[in-house]
Amino acid sequence: MTSGYSSKAFQPPTHAGVAVPFLDIDKIIGDREIKIIICCGSGGVGKTTTSAAIALRAAEAGRKVVVLTIDPARRLAQSLGVGELDNTPRPVPMIDTAAGGSLDAMMLDMKNTFDDVVIAHSTPEKAEAILQNQFYVALSSEFSGTQEYMAMEKLGQLHSEAEANGTWDLIVVDTPPARSALDFLDAPEHLSSLLDGRFLRLLLPPARGPLRLMSAGFSMMSAVITRILGSQIINDVKTFVRAFEALFGGFRQRATATFQLLSSRHSTFLVVATPQHDALREAAYFVDRLSEEDMPISGMVINRVHTSALAISPERALSLAEDLAGASTPLEVEALRRHANLMRLIATESHQMERFASARPGIAQTRVQSLPTDVTDLVTLRRVGALLADKD
Amino acid sequence: MSPRHTLHIVSGKGGTGKTTIAGALACALATSGRRILLCEVEGRNGISELFDVSPLIGAEERRISRTPAGGVVHGLSIDAEDALIEYLDTFYHLSIAGKALDRFGAVDFATSIAPGLRDVLLTGKVYEAVRRKIKNKPNAYDAVVLDAPPTGRIAHFLNVHAAVAGLAKVGPIRNQADSIMRLLRSATTVVHLVTLLEDMPVTETEEAAAAVRPTQIRIGTVIENMVTPTPLDDRQLQAAATGSISLKVLGLTIKQNQALASEFGIEAARTLQEQHRHDRLTTLGLPLVQIAFDHGGIDEGAILSIAEQLTDQMSLEAA
Repeated sequence: MTSGYSSKAFQPPTHAGVAVPFLDIDKIIGDREIKIIICCGSGGVGKTTTSAAIALRAAEAGRKVVVLTIDPARRLAQSLGVGELDNTPRPVPMIDTAAGGSLDAMMLDMKNTFDDVVIAHSTPEKAEAILQNQFYVALSSEFSGTQEYMAMEKLGQLHSEAEANGTWDLIVVDTPPARSALDFLDAPEHLSSLLDGRFLRLLLPPARGPLRLMSAGFSMMSAVITRILGSQIINDVKTFVRAFEALFGGFRQRATATFQLLSSRHSTFLVVATPQHDALREAAYFVDRLSEEDMPISGMVINRVHTSALAISPERALSLAEDLAGASTPLEVEALRRHANLMRLIATESHQMERFASARPGIAQTRVQSLPTDVTDLVTLRRVGALLADKD
Repeated sequence: MSPRHTLHIVSGKGGTGKTTIAGALACALATSGRRILLCEVEGRNGISELFDVSPLIGAEERRISRTPAGGVVHGLSIDAEDALIEYLDTFYHLSIAGKALDRFGAVDFATSIAPGLRDVLLTGKVYEAVRRKIKNKPNAYDAVVLDAPPTGRIAHFLNVHAAVAGLAKVGPIRNQADSIMRLLRSATTVVHLVTLLEDMPVTETEEAAAAVRPTQIRIGTVIENMVTPTPLDDRQLQAAATGSISLKVLGLTIKQNQALASEFGIEAARTLQEQHRHDRLTTLGLPLVQIAFDHGGIDEGAILSIAEQLTDQMSLEAA
């Protein structure tokens, strides 16, 4: 399922043959029914920058926005005013509020979010027992799905808060750099099935219902597990499960609710990539997986696309450089050589993007040109927003 | 000459080209008659994609490249579930139980409740490959290259001692963790950190170097990837970057010359920033290797070209 934010063919017809629909960011921002924008993609493609730029642009267009970042670069975080990891949305200073919007930013603290869930949903004694448990400590800080899961939990919390008191009307989410493209969607299911899975139940004597029949086989398994992991951790797990039992249902229920929210027409996904083979390959996984799950995809943001205002082919540039080689004009030679490299890079990139577009023709794209500097301040962030919307 | 390294661990921030460098390093090490194993641990088919071969499945160690120098590179995609079953078989002769455990979801369970266990299983398989012996040869492979997790996780991944600290205090898993740690800390193991000369990757490289040091595992080199070399000096670059040069290329119009100058200004500014970040990295006190940016994209030729650059700059103790 793709939603209707692609309009006209892609803005500059950079290549013949493939007409790529244009992803209109301003149309998404302007749609008040859209309450959640999720940016996903592999590591190092500029997801956080894209999320922040969209959030800023939406806020300055009049939306009341909160942006949830996972692991921002320090200086970008500082420019957003979320220098510390404290799990609380804070207003971003110095933004243009003339249109009546606002921007808050927060950085996810995985462990604190988990702790908050435990504290909010159990009695103080039980919460204390859980928080002290060694297995819980490992689970909340190391389990590979926890970061993804807690991002979803936090998103659910922000959404309820937004619905309840109207603090925000748009949540922009930067997803964790998932190790595998699938982790992010699987995390809620993975963690909740771990927490209320039959294996954990089997650890709790007495086994109930038909599972009892399996206990003979299980005790052998249990013995093996104990030998590998040691008895202490098994005891920790048992204690944890007993204390945590009351929370299980809630976890699964909220995970399901968040999943439904993400599939609804109030959410939309943007897949972020760069015009390199491996980043686009990861992006293809995301697009396919999101489509499989019937999640609403608006399209792709392709960051760091190289451009040139000088329409001179690499061959011509190199031959001009060759003609100059004898003369004492090192700057000219180097400038021409660089231009030739740039043109070759542009050709490689558009080839990659074209291949992607022809394999997945329905997916709208917006392309953001490569910027000469790192994006670390609001001015540059605003420019990225304009480039995203093709209004630079 | 430095001792011959038999285990090269390659890490780097996402997007820095870590897998490409690991693949090129494996090719560089595969000189005449040598056998190199290239492993990945994140199940992304990165190796098979890089070498344009069909995906590596299960425990197969298939030959993925024969280098022009006459060596061979084998590829292996290590999977924690397979590694656990192999482990149970080796230490408990429990291969059947292992398969049953898998059916129960026990493998997923065990690696989930003890996240450190997954890393021990993955590094354990690498350990096995490094130490494996075959007939008439001291080792099955002359060297193993590991495409390791990204810099953000690398110290954690390699610190198998800490990973099992909360687990069994005695027994095979503990002993295995001790053996793995001995291998990782030995003079024959090195970690290479791949970076771009951009702010975030450089920062992550500095952080990773600081995090790896306490583990007593040696850092071999920092590999600056996708660097643009220049024959110009600082003064010339400064002038270009600040727009105080005018270019006169015969055959171009005034407008084209201006466009070329302003494009070159941006390039020059980027090069200056790259040099600044290179200077930052020199303070780490580690050997720095530079790999030139390939504007044509990564294919077999590009991998071999990177391999050559690695050979030229690193003392790749080939036999």
